[in-house]
Amino acid sequence: MTASDKREPAEAAPMTDEELHELAGKQAALGEVRGAPAADPVNVPMIRHWLTAMGDENPRYLEEGLAPPAMAQVWTMPGLRRGAKDRSPVDDMMAALDGSGYTGVVATNCEQTYHRYVRVGERLTPATRFAGLAGPKRTALGVGYFATWNITWYTDDDEPVAEMMFRVLKFRPPKAKAMEPYPLQPAVNQDTAFFWEGVNRGELRVQACADCGELRHPPGPLCPRCRSSERTYRVADGTGTLFSYVVHHHPPVPGRETPFVVGVVELPEGVRIVGNVVDCPVEEVRIGMPLRVTYRRMDDRLVLPMWTRP
Amino acid sequence: MTTTAIAGIGATEFSKQSGRSELRLAAEAVLAALDDAGLSPADVDGLVTYSQDANQEIAVARETGIGELTFFSRVEYGGGAACGTVAHAAMAVATGAARTVVCYRAFNERSGRRFGRPNAGLAGQPGSQGLEMSWHVPFGLMTPAAWVAMFARRYMHVHNATSEDFGRVAVAMRRHAATNPAAWFHGRPITLEEHQASRWIVEPLHLLDCCQESDGAVALVVTSTERARDLRRSPAVITAAAQGAGAGQMMMTSYYRDDMTGLPEMSVVGRRLWEISGLSPADIQTAILYDHFTPFVLTQLEELGFCGRGEAPGFLADGGIELDGRLPVNPHGGQLGEAYIHGMNGIAEAVRQIRGTAVNQLPDVTNVLVTAGTGVPTSGLILSSG
Repeated sequence: MTASDKREPAEAAPMTDEELHELAGKQAALGEVRGAPAADPVNVPMIRHWLTAMGDENPRYLEEGLAPPAMAQVWTMPGLRRGAKDRSPVDDMMAALDGSGYTGVVATNCEQTYHRYVRVGERLTPATRFAGLAGPKRTALGVGYFATWNITWYTDDDEPVAEMMFRVLKFRPPKAKAMEPYPLQPAVNQDTAFFWEGVNRGELRVQACADCGELRHPPGPLCPRCRSSERTYRVADGTGTLFSYVVHHHPPVPGRETPFVVGVVELPEGVRIVGNVVDCPVEEVRIGMPLRVTYRRMDDRLVLPMWTRP
Repeated sequence: MTTTAIAGIGATEFSKQSGRSELRLAAEAVLAALDDAGLSPADVDGLVTYSQDANQEIAVARETGIGELTFFSRVEYGGGAACGTVAHAAMAVATGAARTVVCYRAFNERSGRRFGRPNAGLAGQPGSQGLEMSWHVPFGLMTPAAWVAMFARRYMHVHNATSEDFGRVAVAMRRHAATNPAAWFHGRPITLEEHQASRWIVEPLHLLDCCQESDGAVALVVTSTERARDLRRSPAVITAAAQGAGAGQMMMTSYYRDDMTGLPEMSVVGRRLWEISGLSPADIQTAILYDHFTPFVLTQLEELGFCGRGEAPGFLADGGIELDGRLPVNPHGGQLGEAYIHGMNGIAEAVRQIRGTAVNQLPDVTNVLVTAGTGVPTSGLILSSG
């Protein structure tokens, strides 16, 4: 989906509880608002698909050209490309709730009333009436508002054929729990910061001399070949070969589950780097095995490069 | 060199819980070494220890009644400092900076801070060592056993060595310790099967590939050979002493050098020892090789020229390091069998072998080679009778 396809305006300013209720009152005062008529009249192919999908084997619908009543919503679904005409009084309310931090949504009630069967060839038009807003209320999912609305479907003759009451809980999702700080932090200084910034962006950076091009790892202030202090880095291809490894069993290591594998990895760029070998059964780890880099977030600050089978 | 000698050795008991402060252990060992030499604290004008030792020279001097000091020095890099303390002391004596220097190492390494325990702070400081550790510790590669295991795996791969090859070192050390009353594992030899059955610490290292952790202290008195000849004990002459760091050296994690099967820093030490002494491996009757973890004993045999590259497994299988072997190694049982005093207890054993007073005394010992911590910048000695 591109941004223009989004249901709501991109950003709604946060509102107070009072303002939300004020908006709810306004939307309710709009009364029943007609939407765009269905793109297609009630038709056999759609009925057939629906019956198949639902596993409904009653032959009478197709024999008699009648739509199952529970298909009411199907006929007027807006599809992925909504036009401005498809907007309903509910949309502004939802956008305001999103903008106020109530971004979670869960449907809580749906009641449908059918006045009669709809026939193949009839075209339906929905009309939406915003019924009310209740809240804020404390729920198991978080603090939120219950929003209720009604939709009535009309034929071209303005005959109501089906109605629906729908209610959702719009809630403020509890903040994601901060990750436990990882106890094995590296020391970082001016000579090494580029490496750790790199892994945070999913790049394996190898120090390169800006004068002679010599690569080195671990990095340091001077080029080991020409002693230049002009440094840059090259982003490694991310592949390597296992040069040696250990399987740590004992004693326990803070922040780690044992056993775990640590290896010395030889890069095609010509340098070696130490890292964990992950997602590979310990007994299948072998010197010489091909590896590719992967990145693991250890806590809010630290990402570590690790190695896995290609 | 030969102008300096070790004139006295002293130690506390080796235990798992000394029940005493580290400073008290240091003072006890220093006094024991002086007594062994027939010297008094007032004779001492120099002290040397490891940079990792918690007991400052001035504190040891205060406790033991050593008065003024004209020389004090600390040697870096963990257990790699062991023979380096003697090298510094010998240089001080040879240059006249001091007349009598005591080297010491004291710790409650078992009941206090254990080196085998992960320390999340290792990579915490942006000094050069913290930055170096930062390429390893975040991945959980943070114990000495794990650092050594990385080299051991590569050695096995390149030389077709097995865990049993490492196990033969442990078995020999425990056999030697079994007849050494000062050893923690006195009377407790092990079999190769027991080694193989012991639990994994960090593959490919089993529990019995790892040396014990100990509380205790050892001290050594260094003075001129000439003066030592007039003292209580026959001198162990310092024929050669050397420190060594290799190119591209790191603390325990030199994984970025071309080869990972050797210890280039020990090669530096070995070449210096042979060059200074004019001796060769054939002139050594017994060697004290640093054995915090078994695999590096194999590497040292190769780096020092006792056998060729990749030949150490065969050397061991032939019983080469046994008391009746081609090169008896660690007759006291080493750190695997006697105690882990950061290599200092091995130097004391070398002195006893020269004096002819060791519990597992070898015949006709004239030259003993001693090494210090492996995987770190290290040091070595050749001690001789005379």
